[in-house]
Amino acid sequence: MSGNLLEAQGVAMHFGGVKALDGIDFTLKKGELRCLIGPNGAGKTTFFRCLTGTHKPTHGRILFRGEDIAGRERHEIARAGMGVKTQVPSLFDGLSVHENLWLALRTVRSSRDRETKIDEVMERVGIGALRHGILGRMAHGQRQLVELAMVVASDPELVLLDEPAAGMTDGEVERLASIIRDLNRSHTVVVVEHDMQFIRMIADFVTVFHQGRILVEGPVGEVLANPVVRDVYLGKKHAA
Amino acid sequence: MNSPLTLPAICRSARAHVALAAIATIAAIVILPQAAPLYTLINVTLYLSMGVFALSLALLWGYGGILCFGQSAFFGLGAYAYAIAAINFGDTTLAAAMAMLVPAIFAAGLGYFLFYGRLNDVYLGVITLTVTLILFKLINSTGGDAWRIGTARLGGFNGIPNTPLLTLPFSRVPLTPAQMFSLAAIALFGVYTFSKGLLATRFGRAVIAVRENEMRAELLGYNARRLKLSIFVISAAIAGLAGLLFANSVFVSPTMFSLSMAAQVLIWVVVGGLGTLFGPVAACFALQMGTTALGKLGIVDPNIVLGVVLIVFVVFVPGGIQPALANLLARLSASRSPAGDGVAREVTR
Repeated sequence: MSGNLLEAQGVAMHFGGVKALDGIDFTLKKGELRCLIGPNGAGKTTFFRCLTGTHKPTHGRILFRGEDIAGRERHEIARAGMGVKTQVPSLFDGLSVHENLWLALRTVRSSRDRETKIDEVMERVGIGALRHGILGRMAHGQRQLVELAMVVASDPELVLLDEPAAGMTDGEVERLASIIRDLNRSHTVVVVEHDMQFIRMIADFVTVFHQGRILVEGPVGEVLANPVVRDVYLGKKHAA
Repeated sequence: MNSPLTLPAICRSARAHVALAAIATIAAIVILPQAAPLYTLINVTLYLSMGVFALSLALLWGYGGILCFGQSAFFGLGAYAYAIAAINFGDTTLAAAMAMLVPAIFAAGLGYFLFYGRLNDVYLGVITLTVTLILFKLINSTGGDAWRIGTARLGGFNGIPNTPLLTLPFSRVPLTPAQMFSLAAIALFGVYTFSKGLLATRFGRAVIAVRENEMRAELLGYNARRLKLSIFVISAAIAGLAGLLFANSVFVSPTMFSLSMAAQVLIWVVVGGLGTLFGPVAACFALQMGTTALGKLGIVDPNIVLGVVLIVFVVFVPGGIQPALANLLARLSASRSPAGDGVAREVTR
């Protein structure tokens, strides 16, 4: 038995004739902070959706803490210890930030503990001022932070963050990088991101997706200097 | 300041609302049987049973986000289950329990296919409406002598006119109209209090979370399908209770499953305010009184008036009576209290 927290073995996801994922083999050790990069349509978000139970993979196994979770229900996977911040923030829009966090603390029974934890998470993510704001009326960057706070509050073993920096101001991105690094001290984290500057701020190890497959994996500096990766991202002309 | 939906805030507001409802219930029980003529008392008992019916959908649709177009199926099933059980058992105590149990079991079976089959809102509305219309047709066609369950004849279009009246537990003495009125008032208060309490629990909040965003709720570990099925079953049991009260105010007939009954309860919830409890009950009383008065006058068909009321509210007061009044009060007090917006939103949710 390997010491991997997550292991995807030959995961494929086909939508009719379109192969969104075409045999992904991916391993993640406990405590890692991994970035997934790749051009649009490379399969990163589909891979996340397979991990979280939104899609049932066409083929392959997904071992989370040694147990195959492929095709399980979303709530079962969440209860097993996986938390996700989706690409487009998925929140309880009609409720306040406080209420959203209250709901994220599903396993906390005592109301005093819950309130303490809410205050703690708000402080950690820096959204205390938004406490009573209604999510449906907030800017995209603020919604991103609130969703991140919900994932932090639910305290999963594996945190999946899909494009967490999208739509954020420079200041928010810096704060986000610091939160993610801090989060990685106690959690295993996987981040899907396009912003190379942001990736350099947080990641040591990067996996590149391309056309539903893993193109290359390795340390961030090495991968970003790789001509094949530059070619995939920027096109042959610019990469040359 | 607490957020509007924080547990302490909900409890505080719930306690105040429940206290007001308790005062109104006690006052009604003490005053009305003394002051009102028998005809009015029976009519008000009927309105109270309809109020319970309105609450069943207010809870399911307003808080569970489940648009059940066939709530009348559970209303009718509750009444028929009561009538059939009471005739067969010769006692109404167990029959009263059956009035809630049978719709709940039926809802559990139907809901299992609806929710675990991941049917979306539109299909859910269509299927529940179809179910109630099938029951309407079925019960209407049970006119012959062969259609009986035990000793209870189903009676087809005529229903079951000999429905036994409720008695005190394990006694043979039927309740008087005044006692029946008191029971209906207590039932309405009980269901209102129960609903308020339920919404303040972890379960109630999880139900609201699923209404807001089912995917996010599941990604946080909430079993959305089980939550939806649970609130569906609870709501069906409440509708069954309303059917029991209705059966004791009028009598059991297939019209309880009819399209007009299914539509009326939707109108009460829309006019009263989706996502509120008091509003649908108030709208139910007002519209029932209005349609009864119009029916007496005979100038215009009350159903046409109901339709016009629905259109007027959808266009001009889309939030319904309760949120509109609350927002008005909040605006009036805004200059004195900076929490005005919060107060308004609490009611509109």
